[in-house]
Amino acid sequence: MKPFDYARADTVEAAVAGGGRFIAGGTNLLDLMKLQVETPEKLVDISRLDLNRIEERDDGGLTIGALVPNSDLAADPRVIERYEVLSRALLAGASGQLRNKATTGGNLLQRTRCYYFYDTAAACNKREPGSGCDAIGGFNRIHAILGTSEQCIATHPGDMPVAMRALDATIVTQKADGDKRRVPIGDFYRLPGDTPQIENVLEPGELITHVELPAPVANARHLYRKVRDRASYAFALVSVAGVVAVEDGRIAHAALAFGGLAHLPWRNPAVEQALVGQQPGTAAFEAAADALVEGARGFGHNNFKIPLVRRTLIASLRDLTGEASA
Amino acid sequence: MHFTINGQRYEADVDIRTSLLDLAREHLGLTGSKKGCDHGQCGACTMLVNGRRINACLTLAVMHQDDEIVTIEGLGSVENLHPMQDAFVRHDGYQCGYCTPGQICSAVGMLDEVAKGWPSHVTGDLTDVSLDDAEISERMSGNICRCAAYPNIVDAIREVAAKEEVSA
Ligand SMILES: Cc1cc2nc3c(=O)[nH]c(=O)nc-3n(C[C@H](O)[C@H](O)[C@H](O)COP(=O)(O)OP(=O)(O)OC[C@H]3O[C@@H](n4cnc5c(N)ncnc54)[C@H](O)[C@@H]3O)c2cc1C
Ligand code: SF4
Ligand code: FES
Ligand code: FES
Repeated sequence: MKPFDYARADTVEAAVAGGGRFIAGGTNLLDLMKLQVETPEKLVDISRLDLNRIEERDDGGLTIGALVPNSDLAADPRVIERYEVLSRALLAGASGQLRNKATTGGNLLQRTRCYYFYDTAAACNKREPGSGCDAIGGFNRIHAILGTSEQCIATHPGDMPVAMRALDATIVTQKADGDKRRVPIGDFYRLPGDTPQIENVLEPGELITHVELPAPVANARHLYRKVRDRASYAFALVSVAGVVAVEDGRIAHAALAFGGLAHLPWRNPAVEQALVGQQPGTAAFEAAADALVEGARGFGHNNFKIPLVRRTLIASLRDLTGEASA
Repeated sequence: MHFTINGQRYEADVDIRTSLLDLAREHLGLTGSKKGCDHGQCGACTMLVNGRRINACLTLAVMHQDDEIVTIEGLGSVENLHPMQDAFVRHDGYQCGYCTPGQICSAVGMLDEVAKGWPSHVTGDLTDVSLDDAEISERMSGNICRCAAYPNIVDAIREVAAKEEVSA
């Protein structure tokens, strides 16, 4: 690990004025610092900031402090009752020990698990802009099939952010100059394009303070389905977060987000448009799956993700709409 | 820096980069906690910090100066085993023993989580938590055992859970 300066921030103001890299749970940042993939010169410890509460909002939603640990968020009775998809996604991630340490803000900002990103001997535009991408043409089983660029085909590895995308979460931040802003999660992450090292819209020194969840959709079913290489303690190959409501035999609401497919938690309005107003059933589910994989591209080892996510979506929709799986 | 580990105060002058695991093992002589991977992937380093199980390899010692830290040495002693240690011995919950301190600390933290009503990935109704073998396996998945002593580890934990009447 490279040497660094360390300071603990006691207030949000001190944190954003600190001029260093934030460390919360440390479970992603320290992992990468040990490998010298990340080499911050200064760490600002935000773990003691007063941002660890989950609070009611006037609209029936919740405001989640950026430091709420993943375990506590998953087990919160209000989250379980109103946003089961979020609890399920969190519980599908990492291990009990890691969830006890991992924070809401840190989980949103965890970096890709691309093997070449982790290997400082490999070419990687994300780690070292302009050096190339060893994953394209290399071993790319876990890589993206949607929204890729010539520069980078990495995925965002998180589970929680996929559920938050389906729930239309808003990310609340505070900048170094004290300015606050609210960014819908759909505008928060960036596709790799020509600058895969820039993963979201945060400015240097901008702190995530909260995540807001709007009031839950009435009478909806929630599901998080994660497909992975072992039954537990593994990242998703593909995952689906779904919030679907059926009224009078027709799909009235559908929010579907996907993990393991892209550089960000993926959501495509065409998928939901193929469902809303339709009767639940194979025809509508197939149309939604077609819309999802339109334009999908495999890179060799990850071609299997295209049929896999089709099937995973269709199976998820069966569960979400109560159609018995044949 | 100052630390409270197993109820004892320690002063240590260590590099800011020192992980909580290295602090215990390399600087304080508490070598019960093990280093399997140093990257959060095996659980051998599991300690209880303010009662919660965490991976001590993925956190900086400097961040834990005001915390109550418990390692395997603090759970029990050879003369006075913690019930979980005792159950692991009686059920043969290990072979080489390398993962064992982490397994035991993790199991103790895990039963507390169940007692608080925390659900897991395999819980059907998230508001109705009970502890069967599938639950134990899922909740302990952060502790890898190269010797695959898993069946006996589950037996040991199941017995302690039943004795302590953790959940239903
Ligand atoms: C073995 C292993 C398995 C895992 N499996 C999964 C899995 O299956 N699914 C999954 O989703 N995740 C998984 N994870 C990843 C884990 O969820 C993340 O490491 C964790 O969520 C990061 O949170 P943290 O608080 O520890 O972040 P940190 O490591 O503290 O920070 C991560 C990044 O976020 C920045 N940051 C943190 N908080 C803020 C803030 N409030 N504002 C601005 N910037 C901030 C930091 O500067 C850093 O760049 C796994 C990790 C490991 C080690
Ligand atoms: S896919 Fe992205 S992260 Fe992986 S090697 Fe290529 S540029 Fe780096
Ligand atoms: S040594 Fe900490 S998890 Fe492996
Ligand atoms: S007993 Fe040998 S690794 Fe678990």
